[in-house]
Amino acid sequence: MGAGHAHRLYRHGHSPVHALPPHTKLAAALLFVVVVVSTPREAMWAFALYAVLLAGVAHHARVPAGFLLKRLLIEVPFVAFAVLMPFVAEGEQVRVLGLSLSVNGLWGAWNVLAKGTLGVAASVLLAATTELRELLLGLQRLKLPPLLVQIASFMIRYGDVITDEMRRMRIARESRGFEARGVRHWGVLAKSAGALFIRSYERGERVHLAMMSRGYAGAMPVIDEVTASGAQWRRALTLPCAALVVCLLGWVL
Amino acid sequence: MGPVTASLEVSGLAFAYPDGHQALFGVDFSLARGERVALLGPNGAGKTTLVLHLNGILGGGTGSVTVAGLPVGKQHMAAIRQKVGIVFQDPDDQLFMPTVREDVAFGPAAAGIRGAALEERVRGALERVGMQDFADRPPHHLSFGQRRRVAVATVLAMEPEILVLDEPSSNLDPASRRELADILRSLDVTVLMVTHDLPYALELCPRSLILSEGVIAADGPTGELLSDDTLMRAHRLELPFGFDPASVTMGA
Amino acid sequence: MHVPDGFIDAPTSAITGVVAAGALAVSLRGARRELGATSRAGEAEYGGERTAPLAGLVAAFIFAVQMLNFPVAAGTSGHLLGGALAAILVGPYTAVLCVSVVLLMQGVLFADGGLTALGVNITDMALVTTVVSYAVFRGLLAVLPRKRRSVTVASFVAALVSVPAAAVAFTLIYAVGGTTDVSIGKVATAMIGVHVLIGIGEAVITALTVGAVIAVRPDLVYGARGLRQRLRLRVNGTLVDAPAPTTPVAARTSRRTLWVTGLVTSLVLAGFVSFYASSNPDGLEKVAHDKGIDEKTEEHAAAGSPLADYGVKDVSDARLSGGLAGVIGVGVTVVAGSTVFWALRRRRSADVSPVDTGV
Repeated sequence: MGAGHAHRLYRHGHSPVHALPPHTKLAAALLFVVVVVSTPREAMWAFALYAVLLAGVAHHARVPAGFLLKRLLIEVPFVAFAVLMPFVAEGEQVRVLGLSLSVNGLWGAWNVLAKGTLGVAASVLLAATTELRELLLGLQRLKLPPLLVQIASFMIRYGDVITDEMRRMRIARESRGFEARGVRHWGVLAKSAGALFIRSYERGERVHLAMMSRGYAGAMPVIDEVTASGAQWRRALTLPCAALVVCLLGWVL
Repeated sequence: MGPVTASLEVSGLAFAYPDGHQALFGVDFSLARGERVALLGPNGAGKTTLVLHLNGILGGGTGSVTVAGLPVGKQHMAAIRQKVGIVFQDPDDQLFMPTVREDVAFGPAAAGIRGAALEERVRGALERVGMQDFADRPPHHLSFGQRRRVAVATVLAMEPEILVLDEPSSNLDPASRRELADILRSLDVTVLMVTHDLPYALELCPRSLILSEGVIAADGPTGELLSDDTLMRAHRLELPFGFDPASVTMGA
Repeated sequence: MHVPDGFIDAPTSAITGVVAAGALAVSLRGARRELGATSRAGEAEYGGERTAPLAGLVAAFIFAVQMLNFPVAAGTSGHLLGGALAAILVGPYTAVLCVSVVLLMQGVLFADGGLTALGVNITDMALVTTVVSYAVFRGLLAVLPRKRRSVTVASFVAALVSVPAAAVAFTLIYAVGGTTDVSIGKVATAMIGVHVLIGIGEAVITALTVGAVIAVRPDLVYGARGLRQRLRLRVNGTLVDAPAPTTPVAARTSRRTLWVTGLVTSLVLAGFVSFYASSNPDGLEKVAHDKGIDEKTEEHAAAGSPLADYGVKDVSDARLSGGLAGVIGVGVTVVAGSTVFWALRRRRSADVSPVDTGV
C-alpha cells in the first residue's frame, strides 16, 4: 500500500499489443503468471527466459524499460522481506562473507523475488497497454459477474471525484490553520472520513436516481461488446504458451 | 385524451417522507406542449421533491401526475421515464458511465435500442449540445459547463416529451450559461426549469410557477411575477442587485 | 499487505481463489438485500438495482480513504485498511464486494498485489476482516445497551480484532502454501504482533469515523439500523410542522469508565507487542524490518539452532499454535471482558429487556 495508488499506469499508444482485445490480454497475463508461479525455483534459467519473453512484449508494446523498472518499486517491501529470508529461515546453513545463511532461505528469497518481479512486470505491461474502460469490458467478457464489473466501473468513474472531494476537504482544513501532526488530530481526520463516506453514499443515491430516470432497471444495457478473432487470441496467447514450454522444460530438466 | 393533450398535468399532489417531513401540500399545474416554464421557489420549498414525482421516482402520496395523457405509476414506468427527461443539478451524478458516448447511449440502450439506430441517437444528441467531438472522452476530463451540456444530451438522446432541468445555470460561467441558453432555446420540447436564477428564468421562460411551502403560490408570465414586489418578498425571492425585469426585452 | 505473485505456492493460491470466488458469489446475493433494505424512504421502487451504484461509490470511498494519512508521530503515518469500517457502515456482504473490487482494481491497474495472489489477498483482506469484524460487532451490539455510543465501542473492538485476524489468516495460508521455510512461529509472532499494533490504530480511526457518521446520518450506518427510531408521519391537508427527528441522548455516566477500560486494554495489547513497537504502518514491511533487527542482535541464536532438514509444517506447529493461542486469547479476552463489563452494567441500571449473551 502507499501513495502508489494514485497514478494510473496506462501509456497511450498504437502498438500491436495496445490493439489486442482486452480480454485476450487479461487472459494472457493471468496464464503467464500462473505458469511462472508453477515453475520450480531451481530452474533459474527458466526465469531468465521469462524475463526475456516479457522484455519482448515490452519492446513490442513500445513500453520503455525505465517505465517498467520504476513501477517495479511497488515490490520493495517484499524485496526487503526476501532479503531477510536467508537470515531467518531454518535448515541447512552456508557461510557467505562470514554470515551464516540458510540455504532454504536463499532459495525462498530467490523464489519470491523472481516470481514476484515477473508478476509485477506482467501486470504493469497489461495496465500500460490497456485503457481502463477496455479493462472493464475485458473483465466483463471473461465472465466476471456483471454486478462486480458494474461496481468496479462505478468505482473507477467516481474514484477521481471522491479523491477530489477529499483533497478539497484537506485544503479547507489547512486554510483554517489545521495541520494533522499526530494522534491527537485523528478525531478531526476521522470526521473528514465520515463526511466523505456520507457524501459518497449520498452521491451513490443520486447516481441511482439519475440511472432510474433513464430507464435503469437492474441490468446495464449492453452498449459495447469486445470481440476477438482467432488470430488475435493466438497472438495474445503466444506469451503464456511460450512460458508453458519453458515451465515444462524446467520440470523435466 | 383530447387532441390538445397537455405535456404535463399535476393535480392535487401531496407527499410526505416517511420520516414525517411533509414536502408537498397539494400541487396543481399543467404545461402545454412546447411551453418553456420556470419553477421558482426558495430553498426547501419542495422543488426537488416535485421533480422526483414527475417520473415516478417518488410516489405513494395523494394526487396525480400525468405525462402526455399517461398517468405516472407502476404500469407505465418505462414509458414515463422515457418521456420525462430529468437533468440533475450535479452533472457528475448524471454522467456515471466511463465515456461520454456510453453515457449518452445509456438511456436509449436501456430502452432496447441497438446498433446503428443507437449510434444515430447518440450522435444527434451530442450535436444538439455541440459536444460531438468529445464522444470518447471520460466525463471527468471535461469542464463543468461541458459536463452540464453532456448531461442535457444524455436526456435528449431519449427523445423526451418534456425536459426537466434542476438548476441548469448553477456553477456556470457567463459564457457557458449563454451557450446553454442557446441550446435550450433551440429545442422544440416542453421544458420545465427549476431555478433560483431569476434573470435566466426571465430570459428563457415566458411563464413561471412559484412553489412555496409545498403549494403553487403563483402562476403567470415571468415578467409580471418578477415585477410583483410583494409576491416576491412573500416567497423569499430576490432579484440580483440592479436588475429590473421591466427593462428587459424577452427573447421567448 | 498486498501479497505478490510467488509468495504463496500455486495450489494454495488456487484454493484461496476458489474460496474468494465462493465468498464473492455469496456476497453478490447478500449485497442486494443489504442495499435494498437501506433504501431511502419514500421511493416508489427499490431493491437489487441500487447495489451497483451504491457499492461502487462505497468502493471508491474505501479506495480514497486508504489514501488518507493519519500521522502517528513525526514523519510516520498510517492509513485505514477499511474492511471493518465498510462492514459496519454498509453491511458485511457489500463490504466484501467493495474491498474485493478495490483489491482487484489495485492488482489490475496498479500492479499492487499479484494476479495469482488475488485469491489470497481477497480471502485475507476482504473476507476475513469483514466477517470477523462484523461478527464481533454484532455480537457486542447484542449485549451492549441500545445506545449510540455502544456502536462506537463495538466498532472499536471489531476493528481491533479484525486486523490481527487477517494476520492469523495470512499466517495460516502461509503455513499451508508458503514458499519459504521461515518458521511459522516467527511469521506468526511477527505478523500478528505487528498487526495487533496496527489494529489499535485501525480501531481508533474506525470508531471515530463510525462515530462521525452516526452523529450526522445514523440511518446510513448499516450495523446500527436497529437503533434508528421510527418517527410518526403524514399530516394531510393543513400545514403542520413535522416533528424534528429526536436523537437518542447518549448517557454520560460511564463514558470515562469505558474509555479507561479501552485504554487499559490497548495498553495491555501494546505491552504484548511492545517488542515490535514502531510506527511503521504497513505490516509486512514492518515484519521484514523487525526480522532484520532481530537478526543483527540474535544472529547466533538462529545460526546455532540444531536444525537439519525438516520441513516447515512439523517444526512450527507447536510455535504456531502457541502464537495463535496467544493472540486469539487476547481477542477473546477483550470481547469477553467488554461483554461482562456491559452485562453487569446493564443489570445494574436495569435497562432494557434481556438479550442473549451470544459471544
